[in-house]
Amino acid sequence: MAVKMDPIIQSPMTPQLYRVEKVIRETHDTFSLRVIPKDDSGARAFQPGQFNMLYAFGVGEVPISISGPKPSGRSMIHTIRDVGTVTHALHGLKKDQTVGLRGPFGSAWPIELAKGYDVVIMAGGIGLAPLRPALYALLEQRDQFGELSLLYGTRKPEDLLFTEEFEEWRGKYGVQVKLTVDTADSEWHGNVGVVNTLVQRVTFDPVNTIAMICGPEVMMRFAVLELKHCGVPEDQIFITMERNMKCAVGFCGHCQFGPAFICKDGPVFRYDQVKQFFGIREI
Amino acid sequence: MKSLESILANHPFFENLEAEYLALITGCASNVRFEAGQFIYRQDEEANRFYIIREGKVALEICPPGKKPITVQTVTDGEILGWAWLVPPYHCQFDAQAVELTRAIVLDGKCLRKKCEEDHTLGYALLNRLLPIIGKTMEATRLQLLDVYGVQD
Repeated sequence: MAVKMDPIIQSPMTPQLYRVEKVIRETHDTFSLRVIPKDDSGARAFQPGQFNMLYAFGVGEVPISISGPKPSGRSMIHTIRDVGTVTHALHGLKKDQTVGLRGPFGSAWPIELAKGYDVVIMAGGIGLAPLRPALYALLEQRDQFGELSLLYGTRKPEDLLFTEEFEEWRGKYGVQVKLTVDTADSEWHGNVGVVNTLVQRVTFDPVNTIAMICGPEVMMRFAVLELKHCGVPEDQIFITMERNMKCAVGFCGHCQFGPAFICKDGPVFRYDQVKQFFGIREI
Repeated sequence: MKSLESILANHPFFENLEAEYLALITGCASNVRFEAGQFIYRQDEEANRFYIIREGKVALEICPPGKKPITVQTVTDGEILGWAWLVPPYHCQFDAQAVELTRAIVLDGKCLRKKCEEDHTLGYALLNRLLPIIGKTMEATRLQLLDVYGVQD
């Protein structure tokens, strides 16, 4: 006899209740919420690159990339920039308060495919958040990959995320971590310039490299150009796209990108599969 | 120890440059070292030199009156510092300050400028190498001006 499924519980449009375990202040406008199901059953499994829809009760819902935790964690971390009504409401949540969550949704970074390759991760601004689980996955199987590089750019030094983890990534795992900012005062002793200038400053074998890029589209466009200039093939470059997502399951069409829906076909795409739509202002 | 000529010959900036020109350029070159915090050149100075950074980091800074200096670009290992020596009015536009101990090769831009006037083939060869650097700098500046990481409307 077939088991009857509860249509309400099974619907991908119905949020599950999660409890805020911890609120982490990351920068002046960015914070992370570590959440766990209210029934303490453990968070759903997710793949690096996927996102959830977070629902601030009475305010609204927003798509937020999953930014952690490390693979053994029971919770899920979402790193959020306080820029709008819903994210501002999420920012107001305190420990033990409740948030609605649907997901995880979308495509993932190509961790399996990257085995045997050098990996270049390029992040701009809050774009490091969806890449952090990918980095965790790579580090968990460090010996399966060649050179690992993280090239990360932000507006100012104080906007850099997850800075406390950089030394571990460098020292323990040999990741070539290069940081840059768009502008700084003389107290900053790191690089100043756009993130694509860092490509020349790390060691990797271009034809044997998988690149994963996340950041504003303009930044990704120039990052792709730089990687191609170095000889990384287009079908080894992966980007993550962002559009106005509402339903997250391909029903509403808000996030249509050419023939694809960002929510269900993306957000992670292989560059050569979307390049004809990339940078077209009408799309 | 590597000679100046072999260092220059192996640098991408001078790749495929004729041996005769390389020898001439080597004659205008010498090793220099800057301590952290030391100024390499100052805004509005005559631009008579340029540098190939061998090791270290240099900040290009601009200092608005009454405010802290703002770093607009850093130049690091293997990169070229300074192109104003070849573009009129031959004045430095920024302060260049070593962020850390920096070793570089300094080239006499004024002397090279004169040689370029006398020998346009050399001038073309150097401009051909410098223009992509200027173009990249302009592209990067435009991206920085876009403030792509700022809050978008």
